[in-house]
Amino acid sequence: MAKARVKVPKSVKKGEVFQVKTLISHKMETGLRKNKKTGKMIPRMIINKFVCNYGGKDVFVSDWQAGIAANPYMAFFVKAGDSGPMNFTWTDDDGDITKKTVNIKVSG
Amino acid sequence: MRIKTQGILFVAAVAVGLSGFAGFASAQMKYKAGDRRSGYTYATKETQAIQDDDLGNPAFLWLDEGEVLWNKVDGKAGKSCATCHGVESAMLSDVATRYPAYNPDLGKLQSLEQRINRERKEMMGAKPYKWESKQMLSLTIYMKNQSRGKPMNVSIDGPVVPFFAAGKAFYEKKRGQLDMSCANCHNDNAGNMIRANLLTEGQSNGFPTYRLKWQKPGSIHRRFRGCNKQVRAKPYAYGSDEYVNLELYVAWKGRGLSVETPAIRN
Amino acid sequence: MSEKFMTQKYRRRDVLAMAGTGVVAVAGIGLFPGSAQAKHFPRHIPVAQAIKEKIGDKPTKSGRITIELPQIAENGNTVPMGFEVDSPMTESDYVKAVHIFADQNPNPDVATYRFTPQSGKAKISTRMRLLKTQNVIAIAEMSDGSLYLTKTPVKVTIGGCGG
Repeated sequence: MAKARVKVPKSVKKGEVFQVKTLISHKMETGLRKNKKTGKMIPRMIINKFVCNYGGKDVFVSDWQAGIAANPYMAFFVKAGDSGPMNFTWTDDDGDITKKTVNIKVSG
Repeated sequence: MRIKTQGILFVAAVAVGLSGFAGFASAQMKYKAGDRRSGYTYATKETQAIQDDDLGNPAFLWLDEGEVLWNKVDGKAGKSCATCHGVESAMLSDVATRYPAYNPDLGKLQSLEQRINRERKEMMGAKPYKWESKQMLSLTIYMKNQSRGKPMNVSIDGPVVPFFAAGKAFYEKKRGQLDMSCANCHNDNAGNMIRANLLTEGQSNGFPTYRLKWQKPGSIHRRFRGCNKQVRAKPYAYGSDEYVNLELYVAWKGRGLSVETPAIRN
Repeated sequence: MSEKFMTQKYRRRDVLAMAGTGVVAVAGIGLFPGSAQAKHFPRHIPVAQAIKEKIGDKPTKSGRITIELPQIAENGNTVPMGFEVDSPMTESDYVKAVHIFADQNPNPDVATYRFTPQSGKAKISTRMRLLKTQNVIAIAEMSDGSLYLTKTPVKVTIGGCGG
């Protein structure tokens, strides 16, 4: 599992559109590089899917290819509904999953 | 398919902690001192923005790990760094400004990596970290980041005089098939292009630095080795006397510039 | 996946000229040797094909997308990119997806971002890889089926003493 960092505001008002920032450590190996010692191509190994689930729904989903830079940074926006968990899922080419959850505190 | 879930409590605490700041306040930083300029001033505004975002700066992935290592018990003595130095150590608040530093017990100049490994051996009974390992990079980033914003201020007096002289001589000596010295690029041509790269003053105030070229952080000794290879000179070893002395000279060259660790550079 | 990328060889020695180390430009990431060697990369899928696979043959209009990219990338392996699509983001009128392409990358399909009315804004920031100077193409798919396209050139320099 990779290391991930997430930032959301400390609290938001209902209906407010707020920014979510995420960062995950990953080489995003493109599949285009050659192993200098063996001469063999290094196979592709990237995170290919990112999902943000909040209020029981996948509110933001993205599909990534090898053209996304290493240690992928992904910032996006969400409209505040009810207080509750926001779940993040990163999936790589092997199907390995990294998950993280933060609590969204909604007032008013 | 393996699924591992991080505890909600931990990550919620991290999120709350992180959400406390809106991004590092670069207004308090000194990117210029006298006629000296940080590599930050040569970077594009997009690169500067990556450095200034404490959430999005990829080197913080290593910093987080460094904080874990600082607090982790390791070695036969059953201690962590924090056991002796405290969880939030006052010592850390200026450690990046004064290394490499003279260790009177050894009669030697030491880089921070060398001091860490000595303390691990003598105090913790723990194995040394390899110079460019994930652990050493993580720990030195965590430690030096505590001095962020403070001006570089290495001592070049007293017992370090001969080491400083050796570092200065190294910096000025031409070497390699291309017969170039550090000074040729970083003194004489800072601000000029070398092929498609913009030359900086070669300051050390942001190290360990996340270089876009490396796609990970690296130590200044790694950079020295790269520079030496690029003029077709044989590189010295990580932690060699030559590079520790050079590191002292380069740190003095950046006196007054704010510590930026971990910086983002090309 | 990418078996078609596995077949090509390329000669690193030929890549570098003046610096002459033979390791510099490819040692770090190895992804993007000098552009002179681009012809040795695995088969380059035409961007038109990549676009067709995502949106078919439907026509696109210009406008509504604002994209942020540097004019000159500091390093092609990490190019900050952001966009915002002008949309009310209501249940009846929102941005369904934005597809990002890089027309000279070995795989021009970079990413697809899928929004919902709960997104609030169709706005993101990320960092992409650009092999060389080329256009970044963004295509926004609206909930009513209409498509908008924007094309932005980015200069990428390769080959220096440090990277």
